[in-house]
Amino acid sequence: MKLVAEKRQTSSKLFRFSAPLISILVALFVAGFLLLAAGVSPLQAYLEIIKEALGSTYGLSETLVKTTPLIFASLGVSLAFRMQIWNIGAEGQIYMGACGATAVALFSGLENHVMMITAMFLAAFLCGGAWAGVAGILRARWRVNEVIVTLLMNYIAILAVDYLIYGPWKDPKGFNFPLTAQFSDAARLTEYFNTRLHSGFFLALVCALVLYLFMERTVWGYEIKVIGSNPKAAQYAGMRTGLAIFAVLFLSGAIAGIAGFSEVAGLQHRLQHGISPGYGYTAIIIAWLAKRSALGVVIVSFLMGVLLVGGDSLQLSWQLPVAFVYAFQGLILFFLLASEFFIQNRVRLVRGTSHD
Amino acid sequence: MKRLVWLALSLVLALPLFLSLPGCSQQEEKTEAPPTQPKPEVSAKASAKEIQAGFIYVGPVGDAGWTYAHDQGRQEMEKLDYVKPSTFIESVPEGAESARVISGLVRKGSNLVFTTSFGYMDATLEVAESFKDVVFMHCSGYKSSENVGNYFGRMYEPRYLSGIVAGSMTQKGVIGYVAAFPIPEVIRGINAFTLGVRSVNPKTEVRVVWTQTWFDPGIERDAADSLLDVGADVLAMHQDAPATLQAAEARGAYVIGYNSDMRSFAPNAFLTAPVWNWGTLYTQIAEQVSNGTWKSESIWYGMQQELVQLAPLSAKVPADVQALVADKTAAIKAGTLHPFAGPLKDQAGTIKVAAGSVPSDGDLLGMNYFVEGVQGTIPQ
Repeated sequence: MKLVAEKRQTSSKLFRFSAPLISILVALFVAGFLLLAAGVSPLQAYLEIIKEALGSTYGLSETLVKTTPLIFASLGVSLAFRMQIWNIGAEGQIYMGACGATAVALFSGLENHVMMITAMFLAAFLCGGAWAGVAGILRARWRVNEVIVTLLMNYIAILAVDYLIYGPWKDPKGFNFPLTAQFSDAARLTEYFNTRLHSGFFLALVCALVLYLFMERTVWGYEIKVIGSNPKAAQYAGMRTGLAIFAVLFLSGAIAGIAGFSEVAGLQHRLQHGISPGYGYTAIIIAWLAKRSALGVVIVSFLMGVLLVGGDSLQLSWQLPVAFVYAFQGLILFFLLASEFFIQNRVRLVRGTSHD
Repeated sequence: MKRLVWLALSLVLALPLFLSLPGCSQQEEKTEAPPTQPKPEVSAKASAKEIQAGFIYVGPVGDAGWTYAHDQGRQEMEKLDYVKPSTFIESVPEGAESARVISGLVRKGSNLVFTTSFGYMDATLEVAESFKDVVFMHCSGYKSSENVGNYFGRMYEPRYLSGIVAGSMTQKGVIGYVAAFPIPEVIRGINAFTLGVRSVNPKTEVRVVWTQTWFDPGIERDAADSLLDVGADVLAMHQDAPATLQAAEARGAYVIGYNSDMRSFAPNAFLTAPVWNWGTLYTQIAEQVSNGTWKSESIWYGMQQELVQLAPLSAKVPADVQALVADKTAAIKAGTLHPFAGPLKDQAGTIKVAAGSVPSDGDLLGMNYFVEGVQGTIPQ
């Protein structure tokens, strides 16, 4: 008797769309055993996570603050994924976006709030886009694998930011510590309700809506989907795939770059090391869970925000190590990839050794 | 405006207290008069405010280094009977991210919060602004406010002593130093160490490799190996993990630890380590907050106050070196030896501290040059 996996002729639509939910539930279930092993009741822990992240104005505002960069980065990533272009470099694009916005904030000398914020936004958009655009040109012209290029450029971006904050952009009054000066009030996004919730969040929602309309209601969106599902057919239909690859990677990086803008202008108010604690990588998980849909991204980013903010309470209340939250994220991705396999394949038991 | 109203209101409410009870307030002043004498246990208990402390750590408590040392201090502090079991959160990213975690500690009831890494500075001040009745202590920064104090230790003192040990034990005259970030604290340590080395072995070079990380055992190990490859036979480090010690142990070199007594990681290679002893300071602060004498200040304690120490020397260190280190330890504690006393030259040979003088604390805190004898550059 043995297990065999065979390709499914058709995959169940219901299963395909419920897969993300199922993988989260299975991950919760498995993580429950980890919690039990640590002597914590899983149900109590999950309730505590929800209470911490959603149970008060403060908790909710912090969750939305956390959700904001995740939405931008995941929108960027999922746009490229739509065309089967694997942009793994959102992390670096966030850094470059932050870099562009900071350059404007520190050196433009603009005093008008609206002009300053607009200029910072555009700088972040262009910097993030240009960073991903490099991979776009390499891929479109010489078929260089964009996974490798975008991934490796993350490290370059982070080191470039380090260079700036240790060197030319260092705050002259900062005792030689690696931080830029704090931004002027003109370069800070508006905050609401006496919390840290800033206008970047609403910008993220607008951005998701625009991207949704772009994908579903425009010719370009249609082309992206066609090239993604069948590049040969697209070429045959006269679509300029090379240009599309570049444009999509540029746009993908530009949107991730806005996350950098929103973080420095809305939250950090300066450029420093570790401006993104891995949002660009979390975005990849989110884009998969959201099935690359713009509206799905908003929902899943919010759920991830709940997990990240609420995860703190596991440490606060039970002194569980921070590794638990990472393990949980890993479990979700693991079960999600597993579900992809089960969508594509059928697994069954076969009696005896068959023809092989 | 709101704050002004509150201030006026509380003043008005407090006024009768001063007017109606003059005798009482005088009596209170009397009992507080000799603050240097430790109060008897019983009276402390009676008046003590309960302390619920919270700690934010930059690494895991199991790092065996920086965070581990802070956590030892936390446990030491918990021995006070009015200190309730404290809460800590580990591996908190530096920057604005940390504000939420700090605020979370306070919301869970902490009335004394220690934020133990430089990158928490602005977040600490920001959160402290909304919780005026909570005391915040930030480690290794330079900003403070009404309810935020900062604290750090003169680690350069035991570093200098560890340099004497390293300089005495090197055969090849090449010493390697694995360093995290080019900030004044780390530069100061490298300089003090080098001055210690060259006080016994004037020809020796100290080679510096930057890792740009506080805690990453893999990168630290690579940096240590690269220094061993260029011929270093003694290593020192300013990192949070014991990876440098393990590298030295594997290659038969000697090593100076840091943060905590790390000899178990390198039983043969370990010589000594400049170490933190946070327990004394944390206990002192908890006492002050509890009896209401705490006020915001910038604490920079040295070996005299035993916030920083040199771990016991390995038996491999010869007796004459042991005696020399003991002498110099006593001199530093007595204030007769300052590691940075002039004449002090930088790498280019320029006099930085004139003969017969010592640098001010401000100069030390902003130290941004390598002294003569260091092989390496500070990224500018």
